[in-house]
Amino acid sequence: MSTANHGAGAHHPHLAHHFRTLDQQFEAGKLGVWLFLATEILMFGGLFVGYLIFHNLYPEMFAEGAKYLDWKMGAFNTIVLLVSSFTMAISIQYAQTNQPKKSFNMMAVTIFCGFIFMVVKYFEYTHKFHLGLKPGDLFAFDGGQASNLALYFSFYFLMTGLHGSHVLVGMGLIGWSMYRTKRGDFDSQHYTFVEGTGLFWHLVDLIWIFLFPLLYLVG
Amino acid sequence: MANQSQFPTDKADHSGGSGHHHITPISTYRNILIILLILTVATVAFAPPVSGLHLGFFSTIIAFAIASVKAGLVLAIFMGLKYDNRLNLGIFITAIFLLFTLLFFCSSDIWTRVLETSTL
Repeated sequence: MSTANHGAGAHHPHLAHHFRTLDQQFEAGKLGVWLFLATEILMFGGLFVGYLIFHNLYPEMFAEGAKYLDWKMGAFNTIVLLVSSFTMAISIQYAQTNQPKKSFNMMAVTIFCGFIFMVVKYFEYTHKFHLGLKPGDLFAFDGGQASNLALYFSFYFLMTGLHGSHVLVGMGLIGWSMYRTKRGDFDSQHYTFVEGTGLFWHLVDLIWIFLFPLLYLVG
Repeated sequence: MANQSQFPTDKADHSGGSGHHHITPISTYRNILIILLILTVATVAFAPPVSGLHLGFFSTIIAFAIASVKAGLVLAIFMGLKYDNRLNLGIFITAIFLLFTLLFFCSSDIWTRVLETSTL
């Protein structure tokens, strides 16, 4: 067993000793991220299945609930997240092509998009709280037709809240990627952390792609 | 050593060779973004609250068909599954399969039990 087996990445400072090559390390890391994303899909998936079943049982109530959502805000946030996915993808492209400064800037734009998304969400939430449209036991809205309207808003807050917390975590991960980019950790041979962060961010976008029509449009 | 190809990830063909990952051109990402934005406009334009076309179940089908196309583009290009190790695609498909299994058994329970006896 000699270091000859390690190939081109033998002396790369970020090659862990239990991997043969940076490529193998990259593939293993990415595989782990995809396994994690699978658990994320199943976690959100359970909520989607629950929503669809109750939607089938009480279609009028869900249609009534959706009326209290502003599709314009949802559509705006969809565009913001799509643009952020694009900027995240090209920040990885810049990392792959040894352009850390541009990569850093694109990640900054991505975080800013996440921030805009959360600000819009904040206005949506406070408006609903003001009306008494709160989740679960806190529901205090009197103007509803359906007696179980609270169920719609429990789904709404649970799904968008879980999604929003993922946006915040994603922003944190991108911030950490920016710090490490600034520190000079990444190059075209080694950018696994940025790649994993990007995959997570795209998944958050992916979930919103389904949440938006489900909550705001179909009702 | 003779065990060079013992580990599947050692093979060079997954990502175009050692240290050479697939690099998607920025123009491709930009084109995908444009398509995604157009599809978003289409989703909104067809939606009952905007278009006034209340097609019931059909509206739902259109909305989710468009969302699925968008999701496919994000997965294939932004997340790179099109060029990636097939194992990652397999993991994703497994998760979706399990999700549909959950949906199938829960739905068949509701349809055969709750909707017939009207008790939940």
